[in-house]
Amino acid sequence: MAKTDVKVLGAWPSPFVMRPRIALNLKSVEYEFLEETFGSKSPLLLQSNPVYKKIPVLIHQDKPICESLIIVQYVDEVWASGPSLLPSDPYDQALARFWAAYIDDKQWFPSVRGIALPQGEEGKAELMVQVFEGLALLEDAFDKCSQGKAFFGGDKIGYVDIALGSFLGWLKATEKMNNVKLLDETKNPNLVGWAERFCSHDAVREVMPETDKLVEFAKMLRARFKAPAS
Amino acid sequence: MAHEEVKLFGMWSSPFVRIVEVALKIKGVQYEYIEEDLQNKSSLLLKYNPVYKKVPVLLHNGKPIAESLVIVEYIDETWKDNPILPQDSFERAQARFWAKLIDDKCMPSLWRVFRSKDNEQEKATEEALENLKILENELTDKRFFGGETIGLVDIAAKITVYWVQVAQEVAGVGIISSQNFPVLFKWIDDLLSCNVLKETMPPKDKLAAFFRTHSKASK
Repeated sequence: MAKTDVKVLGAWPSPFVMRPRIALNLKSVEYEFLEETFGSKSPLLLQSNPVYKKIPVLIHQDKPICESLIIVQYVDEVWASGPSLLPSDPYDQALARFWAAYIDDKQWFPSVRGIALPQGEEGKAELMVQVFEGLALLEDAFDKCSQGKAFFGGDKIGYVDIALGSFLGWLKATEKMNNVKLLDETKNPNLVGWAERFCSHDAVREVMPETDKLVEFAKMLRARFKAPAS
Repeated sequence: MAHEEVKLFGMWSSPFVRIVEVALKIKGVQYEYIEEDLQNKSSLLLKYNPVYKKVPVLLHNGKPIAESLVIVEYIDETWKDNPILPQDSFERAQARFWAKLIDDKCMPSLWRVFRSKDNEQEKATEEALENLKILENELTDKRFFGGETIGLVDIAAKITVYWVQVAQEVAGVGIISSQNFPVLFKWIDDLLSCNVLKETMPPKDKLAAFFRTHSKASK
């Protein structure tokens, strides 16, 4: 299949953009990465995702697919000859969908991101509690999903790995900027081990942004959107 | 087929539970319905959905599944007759996209309208109308969203519109009418001509009474 058949519209700092890229890498599908300029939206983006006007967008044979997890499922189904991302058993599939939805829909990532924003100690402490609670649940979920293997998906990276793992860059950046430890070996031994394996995987390494670069980016964002002094 | 134990934990006034029920009925699955009192949740519900403690929860041969869209995908995967999601991958992605929009954007923004007042309600109404416009623009005059038979997006959209019709009357806020959303409005008439949907919806007056009680109870 020609390389230009598959395009991903995105930006390097976005965890959501990482997801389809990891999925395509796992399937050994070549694609063109079209980087959006920060602060503006390209005509292609506006045309491909008129509803949300957000990245990522996958364009396959000129057809746009939006929403990162929907894209990952699409990639899984279209390139079925590659390693499967969702389990084949319907119940295991449902569990994977459940946890991916939890990661996205619950407070979890917004809480992580929220810690990085300027606020009082109380607000930060509250968010940290939410993050720790979420991590405790996910530590448990790892046990159930992995069944003793390396990833949520078992021997290989799967849907939940992609959903959660894409946030690891920002998790580490938040830890660095706030001098806190969110992923702790004592509290989350499963997740700490998993995170290392995930980040060092071939399909992930090249798309996972460096922590220092994310920290720089976050500082730039903070300066740009500095709230007026109250 | 061997005897399969299917139970659905639900609450009669929840649109999300109804979505799951319609899916089960379309597939012809025999199930036991267990009504939950959300003010007094059963130990079984808390056991089967410890993360959210909400309905709907589907129990299939002792294994629980929570979250309505996750449950519907499970139902579609497990019972293959009368598919609810399209077979074509691109169309599946579209169906998931619109179902998610209804679930993530439309429903919550609509509830905000009915639960707020004055300025807040004005803002919430604007947002809800925007979201519904997006949906209206996507619909066509076709009887069903994705094809020849009722599918996931049809189910989610039609149930949402049914709920809105009742809620807007109780709240005294007009959201969907035949003037501003002719296609959505037409869809609701069509819903009532679809047997499986018609028999699963709670009667409008019962739902209205429920909304009235709840709007008094909340601040």
